[in-house]
Amino acid sequence: MFLDREHSIAPQGYSRWRVPPAALAIHLAIGQAYAFSVFNLPLSTLVGIDKAAPTDWKLSTIGWIFSTAIICLGLSAFTFGRWLEEAGPRKAMFCAAVCFAGGFFVAALGVQLHQIWIIYLGYGVIGGIGLGLGYISPVSTLIKWFPDKPGMATGLAIMGFGGGAMIGSPLAVALMAHFKTPTSMGVAETFLAMGAIYFVFMMFGVFTVRLPAPGWTPNVARAPEAQTPMGGSARRAGHAPPGADVHVDEAIKTKQFWLLWAVLCLNVTAGIGVLGQASPMIQEMFPGVIGAAAAAGFVGLLSLANMVGRFVWSSCSDIIGRRMTYMIFFVLGAALYAAIPTTGRLGSVTYFVAFYAVILSMYGGGFATIPAYLRDLFGVMHVGAIHGRLLTAWSVAGVAGPVLVNYIREYQIAHGVAKANAYSVTMYIMASLLILGFVANYLVKPVDASYQWKGAAHG
Amino acid sequence: MGERVKVALAWLVVLIPAVWGVGQVVSKSAALFK
Repeated sequence: MFLDREHSIAPQGYSRWRVPPAALAIHLAIGQAYAFSVFNLPLSTLVGIDKAAPTDWKLSTIGWIFSTAIICLGLSAFTFGRWLEEAGPRKAMFCAAVCFAGGFFVAALGVQLHQIWIIYLGYGVIGGIGLGLGYISPVSTLIKWFPDKPGMATGLAIMGFGGGAMIGSPLAVALMAHFKTPTSMGVAETFLAMGAIYFVFMMFGVFTVRLPAPGWTPNVARAPEAQTPMGGSARRAGHAPPGADVHVDEAIKTKQFWLLWAVLCLNVTAGIGVLGQASPMIQEMFPGVIGAAAAAGFVGLLSLANMVGRFVWSSCSDIIGRRMTYMIFFVLGAALYAAIPTTGRLGSVTYFVAFYAVILSMYGGGFATIPAYLRDLFGVMHVGAIHGRLLTAWSVAGVAGPVLVNYIREYQIAHGVAKANAYSVTMYIMASLLILGFVANYLVKPVDASYQWKGAAHG
Repeated sequence: MGERVKVALAWLVVLIPAVWGVGQVVSKSAALFK
């Protein structure tokens, strides 16, 4: 069958540079999830149209659509990671496309019938499964094609996830404007159209992706080699050689896996809360200076920094090493977070924006560099499945980050702190989280040789 | 069709929507510096 692993082996002469666009097609599509908030207000006035009617859904009810999708992303990446390694990238990408597009179609039905649970099931659960499958499906394939620069290759794909919102947001706005009538917000029609558009776009990835033939090596001057966490390739006694394969079930028993789990969780927690609160935060820290339009520009700029950081930092990690890259994230990130309240006191919008742009570039870089870090520690064999299990850290951070930012701010304001200063404590907490991340990353050492995969006979 | 042409076409398919999206963001971000 066309989707089977054996039918997706690249023929001789196939250029490996055709694989990143296939991965990007998937990630640019599923990255739309970050832009789901553009549907929040239209969904809250489906009945009343001009203003919310009593039977219209509240924003807090609608907010659970995105939360459900992110939770299901983590769960499906965890559950299907192992299957993906056996089924191959083409079948996994196809299933991701069916689920992601199918989620839009089911959600359209929920809008038409005005049943929120159908939208939770559609975009949240079915679409969320598509998100998880799509997110991890190209990772191990890219690492196999680019053993000489795995950070750059996976960074390219994961950059697409960051950039997906930049396409998804204006596309949704344009489609809703096109389909809107005096009696309809045009949301159901937009969901149907986006489902169809994204399905076709993801099919491009399905048809283009190929696995390298067994024994294939890139035709490059420098021999490909995995790094130790410290950046070199030298092997120490008792340690598995860099890039040696470790079975996924063994990998999660190692302390390295859980240290990287903590590294990802802490790095994401520090960034994700700020992303969700960026617009009100800059307006409250610079009252009278920054209006709603400028705040929207700030949010866009952060998205751009998040996207570019994914490619730039992960590519840098191929040169300076994964551990050093995360050291920079945690030291520089903590220093910048600690300096943010000062920019507010000085009234310097330029420094505030610049500091946050660097912070968000490192947030994206953290996502993009982790697959190559996993490959260095646990090899290529099950890197997709191990990556899937590590992404549960994202689900935890997705809850912890916004809770930290929102609740501490509310607590401060309730205790008489001015809105402009209400974020200071949060910033210091974020800096502290990054220092914890520094310690976790510092403790990462090569995996013990006893965990190394010794073949099927050893289970 | 040569392999290089196929590579270029594959990149065009993903870069066109990506550049459009980035352009949308950059034009909105200009409001921040007005």
